[in-house]
Amino acid sequence: MIPVNWYLTLAAVLFCIGVYGFLTRRNVVIMLLSVELMLNAVNLNLVAISHYMQDLSGQILTFFVIAVAAAEAAIGLAIIVTVFRNRRTVLGDQITELRG
Amino acid sequence: MMDMKRVIQKAITDYCRSEKWAVFAVIALLVLAWCGTVCASGDPGHGELLVGGGEVHGTAPHGIPGGGEQDELAHGEHHGDVGHEGGLWTYQKLNTRQELPFYLLLIPFLPLASFIFTILFGKRLGEKHAHWVPIAAVLTSFVCALIALKEVMNGNRINCDLYTLISSGSLNVSVGFLLDELTAVMLIVVTSISSLVHIYSVGYMHGDGGYYRFFSFLSLFTFSMLMLVTGNNFIQLFFGWEAVGLSSYLLIGFWFNKTSAADAGKKAFIVNRFGDFGFALGVILIFLLFGTLHYEPVFSQATKMVGQSYTLLGMTFDMPTLVALLLFCGAVGKSAQIPLHVWLPDAMEGPTPVSALIHAATMVTAGVFLVARCNPIFGLSQFALDVVTVVGAVTCLFAATIALVQTDIKRVVAYSTVSQLAYMFIGCGVGAYGAGIFHLFTHAYFKALLFLGCGSVIHAMSDEQDVKYMGGLKKYLPVTYWTMLLASLSISGVPGLAGFFSKDEILAMSYASTSGAGKFAWAIGTLVACMTAFYSFRLFFLTFHGKFRGTEEQRKHLHESPRNMTIPLCLLAFGAVASGWVGIPAALGGGAHWSHFLQPVVGHPAVHLSHATEWKLMCLSVGVGLFGIAAAYVMYVLKPGVPVRIAATFSLAYRWLYNKYYVDELYFATIVQPTINIGRKVLVKVTDGIMIEGIVNGIPKSIGVISGQLRRMQTGRVHHYLAYMASGAFIILFWMLKR
Repeated sequence: MIPVNWYLTLAAVLFCIGVYGFLTRRNVVIMLLSVELMLNAVNLNLVAISHYMQDLSGQILTFFVIAVAAAEAAIGLAIIVTVFRNRRTVLGDQITELRG
Repeated sequence: MMDMKRVIQKAITDYCRSEKWAVFAVIALLVLAWCGTVCASGDPGHGELLVGGGEVHGTAPHGIPGGGEQDELAHGEHHGDVGHEGGLWTYQKLNTRQELPFYLLLIPFLPLASFIFTILFGKRLGEKHAHWVPIAAVLTSFVCALIALKEVMNGNRINCDLYTLISSGSLNVSVGFLLDELTAVMLIVVTSISSLVHIYSVGYMHGDGGYYRFFSFLSLFTFSMLMLVTGNNFIQLFFGWEAVGLSSYLLIGFWFNKTSAADAGKKAFIVNRFGDFGFALGVILIFLLFGTLHYEPVFSQATKMVGQSYTLLGMTFDMPTLVALLLFCGAVGKSAQIPLHVWLPDAMEGPTPVSALIHAATMVTAGVFLVARCNPIFGLSQFALDVVTVVGAVTCLFAATIALVQTDIKRVVAYSTVSQLAYMFIGCGVGAYGAGIFHLFTHAYFKALLFLGCGSVIHAMSDEQDVKYMGGLKKYLPVTYWTMLLASLSISGVPGLAGFFSKDEILAMSYASTSGAGKFAWAIGTLVACMTAFYSFRLFFLTFHGKFRGTEEQRKHLHESPRNMTIPLCLLAFGAVASGWVGIPAALGGGAHWSHFLQPVVGHPAVHLSHATEWKLMCLSVGVGLFGIAAAYVMYVLKPGVPVRIAATFSLAYRWLYNKYYVDELYFATIVQPTINIGRKVLVKVTDGIMIEGIVNGIPKSIGVISGQLRRMQTGRVHHYLAYMASGAFIILFWMLKR
């Protein structure tokens, strides 16, 4: 039996990797991957604590998160493809249309 | 005589030719006025004002708010002990009706309707027809005023509210009408002079671009003045007071593209503000004291003020004196007495008919009317009456001396007006309000005639106003010559003419007065009687006698004025001769009808002059008057070199008089210039430039600066937004953990 602390530590490490990647990488595709990483860190947290608390609602919520993440990934990739077609780039710091 | 007959015939044919317009106008105005009355009487909750009450004197409900004293008022009774130099007069029992007859409403509202009609449609009617509606309206008003006079002579009074304008707490402002002897006299003066001036203006304003505007303003003025004199409360008086000020402003600045005219209009308005400030304070004080602004309750309770005092900044004022003097402030402004006389001579920039109507006959007498109307208040304070007398006496002499040397034909007459108004104030100040109003009445006719005569001269001289370039006009302007002669004789106090009776009444009353101020005023008044005769005839001789001194161009143009100008002159000449006959004193075998007529309203001072004394006074004033005429004849007809030599000998005095004692310059240096300086240096620069502009411009500017900085955050780069989000999340996290 692996103690719950280990899961939580792994989730925190995964989340930090996700945040680091999201903030440092320029490629939007990688950024999207980082977001997925963070989401999965949260999912891991939910499942681990759900198991620890012997409460299934956390695992049910995880399914919802996975479904939403899939939709988000689909939309995100579609946007990236459209942006690439128009701008010939997928680098986040070159897409500054919304500059005030 | 033949000439006169032809003149009248021509006038009738002229009238018939445009008859359809006159008929149309009268019908339209009647319909308008009728609608107005119906609307007013349909006002819910006030219907009882117009129905009932008339036949049951005193028992009907009435709309005047105020309290229990009202019931006595409705009986037309006044408490007899209104103390006036020993309580020698009381209001007589008279029927005071609570019903508003139709003709009384027509008097002010017809000119109002004509104002609205003419200002809207006058331009379309053009010069040929624009004057018909105003003339018809004001003539109908005149007829109604005659009916009103008849009503009053039958011993009936009317005091009734038309409708309530503002009802707030105990303040009840209503539009209401009071018809009594004083009002009736004022109505006759205003409507008759206004009618004649309207007719005269048809000729005088011929060819002016603002023809219809002129007539609509004249109607507006007539309406305002009639509201002023017919009101039964102080607010309506104040409304009329300001409205005549407005129409005076509009008409002085009638030729507004002339800078001097526009300035003169502003000056009249602003100088009057000083007086009106005091007047408004007086009205407010009256409301605080009595809780009502209607004349009847205020005057019947006026004695309540005796013994009360008002403390302000450590100074204690006697209440009746304070109220009376505040009201007198307004009178000083409107009637152009020292120290607020400066606007009237400048008001001569307006067209001459306006000078005759507003700045001689009617509006400027509003101050005298105010003092006479408020006589129950003035009667309570001997000090206030003495102030009125002394201000009158000083102004009288002051203005007359200036008039001696002026060369502008209208300015001489203007200063003469100031001086004559001062006579009226002397009369009021010694308690002889009846005499003051009598002089108001006669003065209106001969002064309007003088002005209209001047207008006729100016018209003939192609707008030349300086007597230096006139002379010898007698043969060119015969009608003007003879009517002006009558007016000048009348103002000089030649026996038998109007000015003689009224001026002598005032002088006799001031001589008989027990106060020192009265005696002082009598001495000044007699001296000024001589000056009046002198300057009037100086003007007369300079204009009509001697050789013509103008240009050849002007000589060719000289002509008598058209008939629509000379007929009013003739009618006014009749007034200037005969208007005094209604008040022939007992010493001359007359019935003194005038003072008996006005006695119920203004009382009569307790004077006992023997007929012998009265005769002596009369002889004295007639003597000095004749001396003045003779002096003018010698100096300006027989030996024309004399005036120049006198002016050279007393050059300092001459310069002072010629420059009107430098009052304008004094005011400019002490009031106008500092005000302009404060305006430019403090108000414009500090208040406006720094404070208001600072706030108004500062707020948007700081918003611009702050948002300019903030917008830099929006780089468009997702990374930056994410960094903000992350830092925000961390801050919140720390904050939550720290708690």
